[in-house]
Amino acid sequence: MSSDDVYVIGVDMIKFGRFPHRSVPDLGAEAALMALDDAGLGIKDMQALYCGNLYQANAMVGQRILQQIGQTGIAVVNCANACATGATAFREAWMSIKAGVYDLVLAVGVEQMGKGLLGGGGSRTGIPREGLLGGSTMPTVFAEAGMEHARNHGTSFEQFARVAVKNHHHSTFNPKAAYQVETPLEEVMNAEMISYPNTKLMCSVNVDGSAAAVLCSERKAKELGLMKRAVKVRASVLTSDPWQERDLVMPDVNSCTRLAASQAYEQAAIGPEDLDLVELHDCFATAEILHYENLGLCGEGEAGRLLDEGHTKLGGRIPVNVSGGLLSKGHPLGATGIANIYEVTTHLRGDAGKRQVAGARLGMTHVIGLGSACGIHILEGPG
Amino acid sequence: MSSAQTGPLPVVDHLVIPEDGAPYLEASKCRACGAVYLGRRDVCSRCAERDQMETMRLADTGTLYSYAIVHRSFPGVDVPFVSAIVDLDGGGTIKGNLMDIEPNPDHIEFGMPVKVVFRDALGRKDKDGNSYLSYFFVPGGDEP
Repeated sequence: MSSDDVYVIGVDMIKFGRFPHRSVPDLGAEAALMALDDAGLGIKDMQALYCGNLYQANAMVGQRILQQIGQTGIAVVNCANACATGATAFREAWMSIKAGVYDLVLAVGVEQMGKGLLGGGGSRTGIPREGLLGGSTMPTVFAEAGMEHARNHGTSFEQFARVAVKNHHHSTFNPKAAYQVETPLEEVMNAEMISYPNTKLMCSVNVDGSAAAVLCSERKAKELGLMKRAVKVRASVLTSDPWQERDLVMPDVNSCTRLAASQAYEQAAIGPEDLDLVELHDCFATAEILHYENLGLCGEGEAGRLLDEGHTKLGGRIPVNVSGGLLSKGHPLGATGIANIYEVTTHLRGDAGKRQVAGARLGMTHVIGLGSACGIHILEGPG
Repeated sequence: MSSAQTGPLPVVDHLVIPEDGAPYLEASKCRACGAVYLGRRDVCSRCAERDQMETMRLADTGTLYSYAIVHRSFPGVDVPFVSAIVDLDGGGTIKGNLMDIEPNPDHIEFGMPVKVVFRDALGRKDKDGNSYLSYFFVPGGDEP
């Protein structure tokens, strides 16, 4: 393994939204070109493409992107890993450079979503099980995970709702968020109840989107004179879910996150107190509360208070999801894990405009793919 | 269309309907580490031991671990309902509908005792007209 570091030298995302008349490769190609432009490079400079997409995982999306922007014959790997798909593609790109195989690699995450509830799934018997053996939609699974926190720490419906108030507020400063609308607490709490305690405004929005990053070896970045805006990957970690006693009925998003966080902090040789911002997987408002503790941003049982005291707001001690998060920016599954790399990189470069976290030097991205996978990256800004 | 069977089919493989006697839920327990799994299996994913599984009968009493109150579901599914996760006495955790209770957080308490009951699968039938037996939770351990 190369002891040299790997850098993000180009990154971008399209504004998330609904694009029913465009194709998945078309959306991916747009972000790929934007990231290449950000790096000041072209597709002919890339030695490999790692492409993350979930719903067309068998459809060679990466190759179809190259068919739009340049068929250079490079290695293409298509990745699927539930909602950790984008982070997995990014990490595979990072690994290929770390392994010394390539110097310049493109990672793309892209997704086109349908409308409606995710989850459920088929059954082997001849009758549907939803609403018969409990609920298995994503809002329900994450409601149950949130209620476990309520059970253990007394977390309230109102506290969960405040996560959505915060993230929707943040999105009003992010022109690339799918929604940029303030949602006062009463509006969040009185919105249609999907699965208690998650109302509609506490569920991530199913939108289309794409994001891409150009990764580069330290040697090559120096050679190209690109170090000035280069963001260092201080840690890249992927975990699966360690055994837990309630696994079979309760997908566990906590253990894999805790495992990944401890490995990431060790790899980066920093602690949570050193982070300046975090983009974490707020697929539902309940999830954000869990991950404050899972990522060590506060002590056990202190997540509700961390939020109540404003520490995770823009301007707070450790701003979380200043992009608007999945709740408001949107959650195109395969794109999410690279879109959060874009967000953190933008802050570390000081380019985040009205939502800039002042003086940000170290940031973390976190995603969860239910089933489960956890991807964490720690990034360090230039200079 | 084939003819319907005489008795209901089990909704999941680990629901056992004996020829004579009451239905029950079946699990596997690892002799090496004690981990419990629903249904039958050969390898323990906790300790990775092979061929250490013994079949066990799950209890029909337990306590409420966590829940959600589902207000929006897929088309055709009756809402609201309480999706409940129950730790069974003696080991094993299962998920199902908590019935016979107001679907309101003020009426539901973590740790409340529940009983597992076996009832028809809410009238749901497969395309061959077969009916199914499912399991549900009711509060307190008293089936009305």
